[in-house]
Amino acid sequence: MVVAFAIVRMKDLLAVVMLLGIYSLLSASFFVAMDAVDVAFTEASVGAGISTLLMLVVISMTGRSEHPSRHKPLLALAVVTVTGSLLIYATLDMPYFGSAEAPIHQHVAPRYINDSMQEIGVPNIVTSVLASYRAFDTFGEVVVIFTAGMGVLALLSVVRRSDSSLNNDIFDHSMHEQHLILRIVTKMMIPYILLFAFYVQFHGDFGPGGGFQAGVIFAAAIFLYTMLFGMSTARRVINQSFIQMLAATGVLLYGSVGVVSLLNGKEFFDYSALAADPVAGQHLGILLVELGVGITVASIMIIIFFNFVGRRNNPLRKENKGY
Amino acid sequence: MLLGLYNYWVVVVLMMVGFYIVIAHGNLVKKIVGLSIFQTSVFIFYISMANIDGATAPILADGIEKYSNPLPHVLILTAIVVGIATTALGLALTVRIKEAYGSIEEDEIQKQDNLDC
Repeated sequence: MVVAFAIVRMKDLLAVVMLLGIYSLLSASFFVAMDAVDVAFTEASVGAGISTLLMLVVISMTGRSEHPSRHKPLLALAVVTVTGSLLIYATLDMPYFGSAEAPIHQHVAPRYINDSMQEIGVPNIVTSVLASYRAFDTFGEVVVIFTAGMGVLALLSVVRRSDSSLNNDIFDHSMHEQHLILRIVTKMMIPYILLFAFYVQFHGDFGPGGGFQAGVIFAAAIFLYTMLFGMSTARRVINQSFIQMLAATGVLLYGSVGVVSLLNGKEFFDYSALAADPVAGQHLGILLVELGVGITVASIMIIIFFNFVGRRNNPLRKENKGY
Repeated sequence: MLLGLYNYWVVVVLMMVGFYIVIAHGNLVKKIVGLSIFQTSVFIFYISMANIDGATAPILADGIEKYSNPLPHVLILTAIVVGIATTALGLALTVRIKEAYGSIEEDEIQKQDNLDC
């Protein structure tokens, strides 16, 4: 909370973004304290890692200082205070924190907790709800992520590099020669990060983890590589059109699992149709679906990052053409 | 008595901080930061509702009777990743605005628009 207030006061956007990273990490520890390990995992990797990085790239393009002028701060403060007190008034009817009798715990949650072991056979209830009971929701969310990635691509995608020699950017040289220790240590870490991503991907059934987190961690390793060796090297390693295809493949894989169960005479995303034994079918279904999620999330994050960085290196060239 | 509701109050304060940033600041990047604070406060709201005294994380194991509610965890887990994707879209728009107007301050953009008319 203190951090949030500091964000309001700060004018230097770089400091604001750093504070936002700290704030995300703190809220991740909140989530651990409230027994939501999966969520904390995601928040730590997304909030403290990827979003901070993206914001940094953006402010490196748009400038880091903020104008002091604000429009009508008093009016804004009044609106905020009124809304806040109304909301606080509304909380007076809410169940107490941590009470087991709250209505939220009476509806579907007991079924998930008591029966999911027989029905799905996966110890991590979050995974079984995510990938099996509510697979349709998750499918929708994957499609949203895919669409957002396509939107970024449409907004920022640069004209194919006709003059790639110009693209040997600032990232390249500054990192390459100067920070020897940083470079070697990071290079040693990258394989472990990738390995960890795969562990998270396939161990999601038993512990905290799953496709979403694994995708983000995998993308973080690629980001690190890009920052280390520069955009043009990373582009050579990871083909852009290949990664775009992967993103689509992930969504397709997810969707086709649903279609296969439909063709086998069950409902959409009813995985028990996938194998003779229902529980084995569920295992297979969850594995495939999480794989689809992981592929999509990782490739969309990489697409977003590449386009931001590619854009950052290009305005110079655009101005040459324009004027 | 009333102190049992403190989690909601933390959420409300955080939410209002984010809200204030969104309406009072003219800088577009700052607005996006405000939105993500707002977003996180909603996450904390859901997760704190899922919490039960004395319960553990919802991973089935022998000898544990009480688990916290897994459903909000699922919703928020996906919401976080969707959130970063939409934030990236917002940032992409910001970058385009910067390229088109040379500024990401709301009042300057407004001024340029008025000149164009």
